Amino acid sequence: MIRPAVQALWSHWRRHKVQLVTLLCGLALATALWSAVQAINSEARASYARANAQLAVGQLDELHAPGGSIPLSRYVVLRRAGWQLAAVLEGRLRVGGRSLRLMGVDLLSYPPLPAIEDAERGKTPPDPADALTAPGRLFARSELTPLLAAQTALPPVIASEAVPPDLILTDIGVAERLLNKPGQITRLVILPDQPVGLQPLAELAPELERRPPEARTDTARLTDSFHFNLTAFGLLSFAVGLFIVHGTVGLAMAQRRGMIRTLRALGVPLQLLTWLILAELLVLALLGGAIGLILGYLLAGALLPDVAVTLRGLYGAPVDGQLALRSAWVASGLAMAVGGTIIASAQTLWRLSRMPLLAAPGAQAWRMQAGSALVGTAAGLALIAGGIMAVLLFDGLVAGFAFLGGLLMGAALLLPPLLSLILRLCAERARCPLAQWVWADMRAQLPGLSLALMALLLALAANVGVGTMVSSFRLTFTGWLDQRLTSELYITARDDQQGAEIADWLSQRADAVLPIRRTELAHETGPLFLYGIVDHFTYRKNWPLIASDRDVWDRVNAGEAILINEQLARRANLWPGDRLTVLPGWELPIAGVYSDYGNPTGQAIVSVALLNTHVPGTSNRRFGVRVAPGKASDLAQALRTRFELPPGAVIHQAALKAQSMVIFEKTFVVTAALNILTLGVASFAILTSLLTLWTQRLPQLAPVWALGLTRAQLARLELMRSVLLAALTALLALPLGLLLAWALLAVINVEAFGWRLPMYLFPLDWVRLLVLALLAAALAAAIPALRLRRLPPSDLLRVFANER
Amino acid sequence: MLLTIDHVHKTYPGGRPVLQDVSLTLEAGQTLALTGESGSGKSTLLNLAAALDGFGAGEITLDGVTLSALDDAGRAALRRDRVALVFQQFNLIPSLTVAQNLAFHARLAGRLDTGWLAELTDRLGLSDLQSRYPEHLSGGQQQRVAIGRAVAVRPKLLLADEPTGNLDETASASVLGLMLDLVKASGAALLLVTHSPEIAAQLDRRAHLAGGRIA
Amino acid sequence: MNVKALALLLFLPIAAMAQGFAGLGTGAEGFAVPQRGYEFDFPADHGPHPAFRIEWWYVTATLTGEDGRDYGIQWTLFRSALKPHEAEGWQSPQLWMGHAAVTTPDYHRFAERLSRGGIGQSGVTAAPFSAWIDDWQMTGPDFDDLTLTARGADFSYNLSLRAEGPLVFHGENGFSVKSADGQASHYYSQPAYAVTGTLHLPEGGVVVTGQAWLDREWSSQPLSEDQTGWDWFSLSFDTGARLMAFSLRGGRGDFTSATWIAADGSTTALPDGAIMAEPLEQTDLETRRVPTKWRLKVPAYDVDVTVAALNQRAWMGTRFPYWEGPVHITGSHTGRGYLEMTGY
Repeated sequence: MIRPAVQALWSHWRRHKVQLVTLLCGLALATALWSAVQAINSEARASYARANAQLAVGQLDELHAPGGSIPLSRYVVLRRAGWQLAAVLEGRLRVGGRSLRLMGVDLLSYPPLPAIEDAERGKTPPDPADALTAPGRLFARSELTPLLAAQTALPPVIASEAVPPDLILTDIGVAERLLNKPGQITRLVILPDQPVGLQPLAELAPELERRPPEARTDTARLTDSFHFNLTAFGLLSFAVGLFIVHGTVGLAMAQRRGMIRTLRALGVPLQLLTWLILAELLVLALLGGAIGLILGYLLAGALLPDVAVTLRGLYGAPVDGQLALRSAWVASGLAMAVGGTIIASAQTLWRLSRMPLLAAPGAQAWRMQAGSALVGTAAGLALIAGGIMAVLLFDGLVAGFAFLGGLLMGAALLLPPLLSLILRLCAERARCPLAQWVWADMRAQLPGLSLALMALLLALAANVGVGTMVSSFRLTFTGWLDQRLTSELYITARDDQQGAEIADWLSQRADAVLPIRRTELAHETGPLFLYGIVDHFTYRKNWPLIASDRDVWDRVNAGEAILINEQLARRANLWPGDRLTVLPGWELPIAGVYSDYGNPTGQAIVSVALLNTHVPGTSNRRFGVRVAPGKASDLAQALRTRFELPPGAVIHQAALKAQSMVIFEKTFVVTAALNILTLGVASFAILTSLLTLWTQRLPQLAPVWALGLTRAQLARLELMRSVLLAALTALLALPLGLLLAWALLAVINVEAFGWRLPMYLFPLDWVRLLVLALLAAALAAAIPALRLRRLPPSDLLRVFANER
Repeated sequence: MLLTIDHVHKTYPGGRPVLQDVSLTLEAGQTLALTGESGSGKSTLLNLAAALDGFGAGEITLDGVTLSALDDAGRAALRRDRVALVFQQFNLIPSLTVAQNLAFHARLAGRLDTGWLAELTDRLGLSDLQSRYPEHLSGGQQQRVAIGRAVAVRPKLLLADEPTGNLDETASASVLGLMLDLVKASGAALLLVTHSPEIAAQLDRRAHLAGGRIA
Repeated sequence: MNVKALALLLFLPIAAMAQGFAGLGTGAEGFAVPQRGYEFDFPADHGPHPAFRIEWWYVTATLTGEDGRDYGIQWTLFRSALKPHEAEGWQSPQLWMGHAAVTTPDYHRFAERLSRGGIGQSGVTAAPFSAWIDDWQMTGPDFDDLTLTARGADFSYNLSLRAEGPLVFHGENGFSVKSADGQASHYYSQPAYAVTGTLHLPEGGVVVTGQAWLDREWSSQPLSEDQTGWDWFSLSFDTGARLMAFSLRGGRGDFTSATWIAADGSTTALPDGAIMAEPLEQTDLETRRVPTKWRLKVPAYDVDVTVAALNQRAWMGTRFPYWEGPVHITGSHTGRGYLEMTGY
């Protein structure tokens, strides 16, 4: 019995291949977008974990000096007190225009490093004497070795893939020479297996701060918000994809209603039928999911390099551009496909299991009842209220996304009753009977289309919202770059001595030399970079302050006050008039807050004199140079020749801006791609819904045709109706999208990056999107409309014959 | 006795009685026409006999099975194995070919007799249409397929609800003739619902329903 | 001591780096080479000789607790030079390694420390004498009066060492030959320290007394290519006489060398073949099989003794692993001592 029943059920798909393809496409698209995002996220996280393993960071506590570096003598004192510690010196090394992280560890005491173990197992293991004594050895990825090997000033390089990207690993003795930080230690790793009876570190070295692994602002934590962002978008795409699945499953079930009745009449038990259809859906889900995984893998592979650039550029997070296939990813992708299918077809299956054997088939199954409209409205309002409550009551990114989710889902639920209301008002105002019929018919059609229209609403709102956010950000960012990067040249000297020589040499040739001195401190909200600046009108005129007290620059330059960036201000809730504890015992009033879109970390600015007093010994190697723009190139060339500086050591403002914009654009490549795909998926959902409705449309169209409208007229009306509904939806999506943009700019960005951006409106983008939406709706309606136009009159006549 | 309908009552939701104290019997191999006006309850009675629907008071026994004791699966098994149905709307499976539709019920019941099926196909004049799909057939052809599907399973009881109601007169006569021939050939009993006295006259017995009662 | 440590120190760079670099220069390029007839200069020679590749300060002590139990301790500071000079800070090519152990009949605990010279984390000064790595140290006003401390994760000790005899020079006035090929080291000992102090063990503190033996040795040369390991004995007989003996196991036959130290401290160097060492019992230690009971014969002094480990599992599971532990002497002579075995 099972075989012929299965055969009959499946024969439907054989006869309706487009439907099958649609269903599989819906499933595949939903799975693909979701799993692509998951693949990117898990790849990035795996990269962080790998980098941690490659640097043997593990779960060990560390000691940091809040004021900067730890003197070597302090390390020896702690060692001689019995503490087992491993010294690490870190810094950035500019090589051939690229800034690379250099990590020097005491190879004698540091936990085993995979890079060195690999090298030791290699064909030509390095002599330990070479690695430990001058000139030493550098360990880096093979992609970096040509770059490093070309620098004669650098020690020989040993290629190892067991080093995180953009990082050079070496002995601490080598690092202190290359970074010109003799006797300095960035951090001390507290090794396992300490001896008995040690004197507490708090007594031995009260000035050092012990940081457990979870308290370190590591890359995983910094990038959490970024990944959360991606996940949210992936989920949105998945949800929109499920609308297609819902539409197609509904269509297939509507078309098979007769068959199912016949099967039951011929003696196939209902329970068996329900199981068979469930099994069929699972098989289709697995198939669609598998296709989706392949697509997702390809999509992730295409997007990952851009994401990697973003993560490296924005967060300094070590991410490989290579994608690995993980079984957990495959399993979760298929589980999502199966789960999504079940959710999307639950209603249909439930209806099937309750379908009476003898009841007349009809359109009322699709008709929305007044009660459910009320429930939908109430649920929509409740969701929106819940979202608003979430953001009012709780802080954090999750609350922000809860707000977005509540807003979007609530608005989606409110869409059908709202459209229904609009259509009713239109119908009441319509004069001619045809118009009345058109409006009323649209209202009747609404329940069947509402899910697809919800999908369209979500996709359009997401597009408006994210588009507005990105464009606003771009506008702000470009403006900010112009304000912030005012010096014509940016110079990095080899060491302090050369820095002094360059400054001296430039003082005769440039309008101004602005030293850029900085040190890394720790604030309770994370790392804090403290900069020291000199008094110059460049700052007074251009610095992008978003909040300030009176005489802000006078007070900062006099060493009486501090400027902080927006990230720090928002995270610590510190504003002009408040006081910032820079170091234990060093407090300054805040005179101003400036916007800062370069990175998510906290920053502060004091006068260079004040910086030198409190944190002596910051390196004096970086300068901004003010000079007439026309002379900048010549001066840069002269500098390079005079001081034998590598090309990367003298950077033009324009190049720096271009570089910054590249990172910026890459950051939103993924977002834009997901956006477009979501809109595509929504249009597809409309098409499937219209096809679903098609079978039920004929009985409604036939009387009108009989009353004297041509099929071409009817087809035009069908097309118009679809476009009109899309237009109405798009109009409602606009305010929702703007609300979404506001939430992204004012809530999500603040939580994720620490900055709040001004919102700009781009009406031209909306028009473009509206046209796109109408086009999509027209395209989706074109197939049913064409079918209607070509429908033989006999089919329309049959409607009357078949009506009971 | 193959079918015994014993003092059966049926009321639709809403309280309107459709059948009141209806009793009827049918012997194996016998043909019975059930006539009556629209709304007299004749289709309802047929549905009850086919175990498609439940009833209130009374009892129906089909081939020794009491229907009131059956659950959905039991009723499905009964329809599969002992009963066959021919509907006014044909109710073919649109995505299966004529040949597949013809064999379908017999395969469901697990007793496909290919020789019998070939003979049926031939006698129904469907041999050249076997690979067609129902939507490409005329109404008369579709109903012949439906009759073939029903007879192919060699049911104890064939239930037909206005089998010619959707056909023009010529088609109607030939289809009815074929059906009666094949029912005789298969040895099945036939309960046929019709409003036409002419058709009723061609059957062994006749029962008339009026206002939910046997007149 | 030893030769043993000679090879050990040649392995040091590998062993010393947690990273475990293999492949180590085997030549002595640029390093000073031990010279026959070298005149020792004290206290300077108690200090380091950075021009030589390898050097050590090696203390073993056989102790008895107030509880009557036998104990042994080891305290060793190795120096290994990557280049024959010293430099400031992390640039120093001098590497230091410390090993400390406590052995009881029931267990053997050990710890290891590594450091780079030049930063002050480890080193040796001759006068006043001080040798240290991290918080482990051996210090005193002079070489005859030392305080010895070390601690690991589950033990620590604090001992006073007082010399009761003169320094003893091995081989040819401290020029100790290690193979038929002529490899040699500078090698002298203080074999007669009286020890008092405290051991801190998991079960509590124990006051101990006993005897300690300190070896000083430096060289730049590796073993012969065929030599795979050694067995080294430092034995104190109840008669007051002492014996230092080692046997270098090699493909071309074993090479032995020994020094007989009379109760008054006078020494006699015993040439290759003058002692005979024969394993009597093996102990399986994970993947290794180590002889922990020996028959040792020195015919010239009528010595025919059985040397048995106090704890057969005295394995030093350090980066360069070896066996080192206290022994009991029975037979023609009785007494206590230390045994070190490498290359198993």
